[in-house]
Amino acid sequence: MCGPVRCEQVADDLAGVADGSALLDPRRRRHVEQCLRCQADLVHYRRILRAMRVMRTEILEPAPGLLAEVLANLEEAGERQAIRLILSGRRVAYLSGIAAATAAGAAGALVVATRHRRAS
Amino acid sequence: MLRLVDRARSGDQAAFEALVRATYADTYTLAYRLTGDEEDARDVVQETYLRAFRGLKRFRGDAQFSTWLYRITANCASTHLGRRARHRHDELVDDAPLADERREIDPEDRAENVALRDRLRLAIDELPPRLRAVVVLRDIYDLPHGAIAQELGISETAAKVRLHRARRRLREELYPSRDPDADDGADAEDVRSRAV
Repeated sequence: MCGPVRCEQVADDLAGVADGSALLDPRRRRHVEQCLRCQADLVHYRRILRAMRVMRTEILEPAPGLLAEVLANLEEAGERQAIRLILSGRRVAYLSGIAAATAAGAAGALVVATRHRRAS
Repeated sequence: MLRLVDRARSGDQAAFEALVRATYADTYTLAYRLTGDEEDARDVVQETYLRAFRGLKRFRGDAQFSTWLYRITANCASTHLGRRARHRHDELVDDAPLADERREIDPEDRAENVALRDRLRLAIDELPPRLRAVVVLRDIYDLPHGAIAQELGISETAAKVRLHRARRRLREELYPSRDPDADDGADAEDVRSRAV
C-alpha cells in the first residue's frame, strides 16, 4: 500500500513546514531527509519567508505632501462630523419638542373630553 | 500609543492626528506593497485614515492599533483594486527610497540578503494582486488567515490556497528548478543540520 514517496507528494507541504504551520508524517519526512531536491526547496522557502519577515521592518518613504493631505482630509471629515452632530442634536430637540407638544395636546383634549362627559 | 488611541477614541482629534503622524509611513508601505503603485497607495492611505477616523469608536482595543489599521488598509486596497479592475503590476520600477532599519553584521550575508530582498520585491510586484495581497498580509505583516479572509472578502480556505500558490510562484521565480544533483548540494547541506 505504501510505495515510495515522490517529491510531488511532499511539495505542497514544504512551505508550511518552513513556516512551522505543517508537520510531515514519518514517511514523507524520511523522503525529505534523503531527497536533495526537496531539501533545496525547503531551504528556499525558509529563505523567502525570512526575507519577507525582514521586509516588515522596511518602511517606504512616502512622497512629501501625503501627511498634509491626510491631515487636511481628516480635519474636513471632523468638521463634517461635528456639523452632523450639531444638526442631529437639533433634530432630536425639535422632534422631542413636537412629541411633547403632541402629548400635551392629547392630554388636554382628554381632560376637556372627560369634563364635558361629566357635565353632560 | 495606547494613550493616544484612548484619547482619540474619546473624540480628541489632536490625538488622532498624532496617531496618523506615527503610522502613516507604515500604512503607506503596506498600501504600496498591496497595490504596487504610488498613486494607488496614496489613495488607499487617504481612505484608510478616513475609515479609521469614522470607525475608531468601534475599535475594541483587543488587537494592536497597528494590526487594526493593517486590516483597514487591506480592505481599502482590495476595494480600490477591485474598482480599478485592472492590474497595475506592469510597472516594475521600484525607485521608492527604502529605510532598512535592520542591522546585518556580516557584510557578505548583508549583500546576499539585500539582493534576495530586491529580487523578492520584484517577484511580489509581479504576482497577480489577489495572490500578492494574501502573501504580503500573511508573510510580511503576520495577519492571521481569518483576518485576511475577512478583509479581502474571501473564505479562509481560499486565503490559504492563494497563499500556497503565491509562495510557490515566488519560489519558482526566485529559485527556478535546477538539476538537484548538479547544484543544489549547498542548499541541501544547509538544511541537513536542521530538523525537517
